[in-house]
Amino acid sequence: MGFFFEVLIGGLLSGVLYSLVALGFVLIYKASGVFNFAQGAMVFFAALTFVGFMEVLPGWTGLEAGSRAVFWFAFVLSLGAMVVLGVLTERVVLRPLVNQPHITLFMATIGLTFLIEGIVQAIWGSHVRGLDLGITDEPIEWILDSADIIVSKFDVFAATLAGVLVASLALFFQYTKVGRALRAVADDHQAALSIGIPLQHIWAIVWSVAGFVALVAGLIWGARSGVQFALTFTALKALPVLILGGFTSVPGAIVGGLIIGASEKLAEVYLGPFVGGGIEGWFPYVLALLFLLVRPEGLFGEKHIDRV
Amino acid sequence: MKLKQTALIGATIAGLLATGYASAQEQFIGLASYRVGPFGSNGASLYGGWIDYMAMVNARDGGVNGVKLTWEECETEYNNARGVECYERLKNKGPTGNSVFQPLSTGITYSVLDRVAQDKIPLVTIGYGRTDAADGSVFPWVFPMITTYWSQASAIVNYIGSKEGGMDKLKGKKIGLLFHDSAYGKESHAILDKLAEKHGFEVQKIAVANPGNEQQAQWLQIRQAKPDYVILWGWGVMNATALRTAARTGYSRDKIIGVWWSGSEEDTIPAGDAAKGYVAAGFNVAGANYPVIKDIQTNVYAKNAGNLEDKNRIGSVLYNRGVVHGIITVEAIRKAQEKYGKGKPMTGEQMRWGFENLDLDSKRLAALGATGFMPDLKISCADHEGGGKVKFQQWDGAQWKVVSDWVESDRPLVRGMIEESAAAYAKEKGITPRDCSKEM
Repeated sequence: MGFFFEVLIGGLLSGVLYSLVALGFVLIYKASGVFNFAQGAMVFFAALTFVGFMEVLPGWTGLEAGSRAVFWFAFVLSLGAMVVLGVLTERVVLRPLVNQPHITLFMATIGLTFLIEGIVQAIWGSHVRGLDLGITDEPIEWILDSADIIVSKFDVFAATLAGVLVASLALFFQYTKVGRALRAVADDHQAALSIGIPLQHIWAIVWSVAGFVALVAGLIWGARSGVQFALTFTALKALPVLILGGFTSVPGAIVGGLIIGASEKLAEVYLGPFVGGGIEGWFPYVLALLFLLVRPEGLFGEKHIDRV
Repeated sequence: MKLKQTALIGATIAGLLATGYASAQEQFIGLASYRVGPFGSNGASLYGGWIDYMAMVNARDGGVNGVKLTWEECETEYNNARGVECYERLKNKGPTGNSVFQPLSTGITYSVLDRVAQDKIPLVTIGYGRTDAADGSVFPWVFPMITTYWSQASAIVNYIGSKEGGMDKLKGKKIGLLFHDSAYGKESHAILDKLAEKHGFEVQKIAVANPGNEQQAQWLQIRQAKPDYVILWGWGVMNATALRTAARTGYSRDKIIGVWWSGSEEDTIPAGDAAKGYVAAGFNVAGANYPVIKDIQTNVYAKNAGNLEDKNRIGSVLYNRGVVHGIITVEAIRKAQEKYGKGKPMTGEQMRWGFENLDLDSKRLAALGATGFMPDLKISCADHEGGGKVKFQQWDGAQWKVVSDWVESDRPLVRGMIEESAAAYAKEKGITPRDCSKEM
């Protein structure tokens, strides 16, 4: 039974990390009704920019390499880079496409993916970098000693961070003027414009916030497995989470993440051996597809009703 | 009249230039490389080393017997379709066409297998590709040189045996195989099953879905099964993730033995302290302290002509592996020239002879400044592998340290399996194997 709980807890904690990536998708979908295919590339861009600044800042500023000052300086600069990326995306990609069908915007984000991947590698190079956030990825000793269950300190930290981020964003959307304007824009671009909501301004804010979420996700995932191109694949982990939790719900992203994380790990351990293993890549998609049959809008997604 | 004269002089100069170009003594090598995409980091180091070696041969020796080496890269992004596109784009370039194709991808290797035989271009797959292609009587155009996946698996088991105090001590042991869930990862299954049967150990196979950036479930299974050793058969992000997750679940890193595509700085640096103690196989070693690397630094980097922007990567495992690719390619050109004419560019067919008669013994390796850098190698018509030996290196937290001599594989067993598999392929495809006793 201890092993079952070990797998379950590990899965839940991994699930929170999937939620973190899913959150970026949700933000942009809420604001523009567009599925941002470039979210994975944004995670890669953010993390690579961060480690790139970590490398060059000591030379530029004379600060001690690896110091806290360099860390926070690099964080602020990377955040600035994500804001610039967000604003540029709004100006160059989205603004000319206002009122175009959603599929057009979706296709534009596919193009954006390759552009972001190419640009960031051209600037910082493609070689793999390590990233140390100063949190050891070791089991919490008292849990290991008392229950013989491994719970990673790093995963607990990441899950807490993701939880705080999700709660803050949920409050932001629910109770602030920008949050309400954002929901209005998501419902109908033209109607939002007609009542004086500055569409471009809102889009720029949302892409910047999504950039911030991508930076946090990039740092966490980068610290786990290195900052490398594979960070773009984290988006694949977020898709079933979105299907399950709903594309428009911030809490849905977290609940979806928990369900996907736990079920894929349990499936890998208990079903995997019967089918040759390696099923956690596709199992969440099967689960999400089955879920779609029952509740197409996801757990917390908005139900789409057409008046005839 | 003046116009006519000018036109005549112009035409003469153009003619001379054209003649000069056409008769230029150049050996063209098409490089189907990858520097972007999921494995771009690995490709950049490896192709960097390879290009630097060829640049060094040009700068230091003036080419191979006066024949300058030229090359062109074509980006595949490790994608099969792009790899085939690159093959077609490169095959007719240079005075004699592309003389050798080395895609550094098992997928692309399979995609061009039939084309190389048709176009008479040797397909060299050093440390990857189709293992049974080592039987040159069935696969005359394919060269999976130095060592194949089967030899590597066998050498790893031999290494584990030596650590345990003898092969007889493997009886009753449990060896985990954490493999990339792909054709590449499954290459090891058949040979490990045979070796398990022979030596009496148990193999527990655990698959990791691509890309492998999440392995909590797999390592918890390993924690429960408690294998004596784990063979890590990964690629890309899967390797660093494996080491990090092993550390988290308390599995000792010095009991993890990686394959050569899991044993580079690209795998250990992202894993941080979790990689300390980890051991990996390799058909070349890391380090910049070899004469061949020093020659590159003197003749190429000292003149600011190096391929790598980050000079810290010189001497890394993958950079040195690129140098090994360069050595083998250049030595095959040299060998082919001995038969077909020194100072002439070689065709693909002539290069094939060069590869098939390659003999890099300890004397030749010493002359190349590569003693201990790579194993000795002797290719023949029947044996396109030519060695099968690997060395083991251990990551000390900052660099790789060699911890073994060249370890042999179980040659009779591996060769038997290769011949059996190649014969089945020949039967399926209706190929009549060459009679190697008649080949010169």
